[in-house]
Amino acid sequence: MRKPTIPGRALVYIVLVIAVVATLIPFVWMYLGSAKTQSELLRRPPTWWPKTFTSENFATWFGRLNFQTFFLNSVIVAVFTVLGTLLFCSMVGYALAKLDFAGKRILFLLVLVTLMVPGVVTFIPLFVVVSKLGMVSTYPALIIPFLAGPMGVFLMRQFISEIPDALIEAARIDGAGEVRIFTRIILPLCGPALATLAILTFLGSWNNFLWPLVVAQTEDMYTLPVALSLYSVGQNATNYGVLLAGSVLVITPVLLLFVALQRYFIQGITATGIK
Amino acid sequence: MAVTRVAGAGALSRSGGDGTTRARRRRMTVVAYLFALPFILSFAVFMVFPLVSSFLMSFTDFRNSDIESPLAVKFVALDQYLRLFENQQFVRSLLNTVYFVAVGIPLTMVAALALAVALNNGITRFRTAFRVGFYAPVITSIVAVAVVWRFILQPDGLLNTALDAVGIQGPDWLNDPLWSMPAMILMAIWRNMGTLMIIFLAGLQNIPASVLEAAAVDGATAWQRFVRVTLPMLRPTLLLGAVLLSVGYLQFFEEPFVMTKGGPLDSTLSISYFTYNQFGFGNYGTASAASYVLFIAIALLSIVQFRAFRPKEAP
Repeated sequence: MRKPTIPGRALVYIVLVIAVVATLIPFVWMYLGSAKTQSELLRRPPTWWPKTFTSENFATWFGRLNFQTFFLNSVIVAVFTVLGTLLFCSMVGYALAKLDFAGKRILFLLVLVTLMVPGVVTFIPLFVVVSKLGMVSTYPALIIPFLAGPMGVFLMRQFISEIPDALIEAARIDGAGEVRIFTRIILPLCGPALATLAILTFLGSWNNFLWPLVVAQTEDMYTLPVALSLYSVGQNATNYGVLLAGSVLVITPVLLLFVALQRYFIQGITATGIK
Repeated sequence: MAVTRVAGAGALSRSGGDGTTRARRRRMTVVAYLFALPFILSFAVFMVFPLVSSFLMSFTDFRNSDIESPLAVKFVALDQYLRLFENQQFVRSLLNTVYFVAVGIPLTMVAALALAVALNNGITRFRTAFRVGFYAPVITSIVAVAVVWRFILQPDGLLNTALDAVGIQGPDWLNDPLWSMPAMILMAIWRNMGTLMIIFLAGLQNIPASVLEAAAVDGATAWQRFVRVTLPMLRPTLLLGAVLLSVGYLQFFEEPFVMTKGGPLDSTLSISYFTYNQFGFGNYGTASAASYVLFIAIALLSIVQFRAFRPKEAP
């Protein structure tokens, strides 16, 4: 294919650079703003580079606001949601892809249908279930409901279907049980799919806020987004510096993870089409 | 013919149905269910049960006060659904959602497609850096994003300062009922174009270069190649993008929840937000009916899109 002419290509670069700068401005503003004083943040027109750098906004989070607890909660919830999702989805994915059982088609159909169900449909009955089980303000309430995600099942089932039956048959003839086949043959071959699922689940869990906002009712159970969203209403709504510092603290871990693993993120989206 | 085949199949399964095969098959079913059990249990309790309960609730006058005495609940058939369409606020939220979807989806798709085409054809360097940059908004928490966007959209914030520089006086985005929705759409495009860009980029890379070369040899201009070759070949990818986006955009909720609380004057109240509020008021029946209207809308729009984008039959 003919490549664009030199001036044409230069134009494309210029447009792309402008577009990417415009896209990233909110981030730049957030990072610079988190180091500004309250009076500077109130100044109009807005300043770009901080006149005086302050670490006070972050000090507020690490001191008075219990950042360590929220961060730890976010990590615990995300890690266990990821581990549980990987385990549950790969197991049921194997059953749906390679084993025969009555009800298999119905189960898969149900999974497909629930892919389209809007979150708000199940929201309150889910809350009633969780409170009847006495799980409000516990880690399980923040983790277990997300282990029922249809997206992961769909992803693992599709991926495992591609594994040749001959591999499994050979292992069966050699006398391997299903558990052995699953742990020694299927799981090692599922690396890319598991990586994708892990990343997507981690992101979803880390950024999730509506459900945690409703079920984490005591401060010791708040995750980072919950703490930030509760702080951003009411009397603190105008503590701009602290709010920007909070945003930095929520966003930076995933941003670092993304830059480090961006290849796998991209693979994940193209594999599932779901963010 | 058919009859003999069926009979033959029956004989075959009978002859194969001796004790060991049947035992093996039964064992297989048990093993399969053991593998599926953890998921099935959580799926049943945390997905299927809530889904069915809200479906049933949508045909009743269930209120939060009825949780302790469910027997007092009356079956009202389609009343909730009918009254929903007489509810001015619901109709408003429906129109708002249509507005958001009808304007937001084409704009997001065009932005994402333009970026994908530019990254695929126009440039050779820094492709990864651009991709990371455009995708970064997707991975960030909406709560954190809201903090920054409130600064951007303030009357004297970043956006209006930039508009001022080119001689336009920007509105008070979040407090003007006319401009609140465009502001939400702008945010949604910013947050979602990265995902679609990646999907479109993958689709573009699957178009064989030879096809485009052949068109170029035949004298097609770059624009003709794009419209006549690239776009038709990208059809399945565009469909995937449109369906994903509409499933997401019809559930429009997070942006107004963190930015405007549905206001001003209900101008950014979506169906999801209306439903969420009704749950909050304890009107579970109404909320369930509204949420199922949304579910049906999502299913319908997906079907319509699959038909519209279906590959044209060869003449």
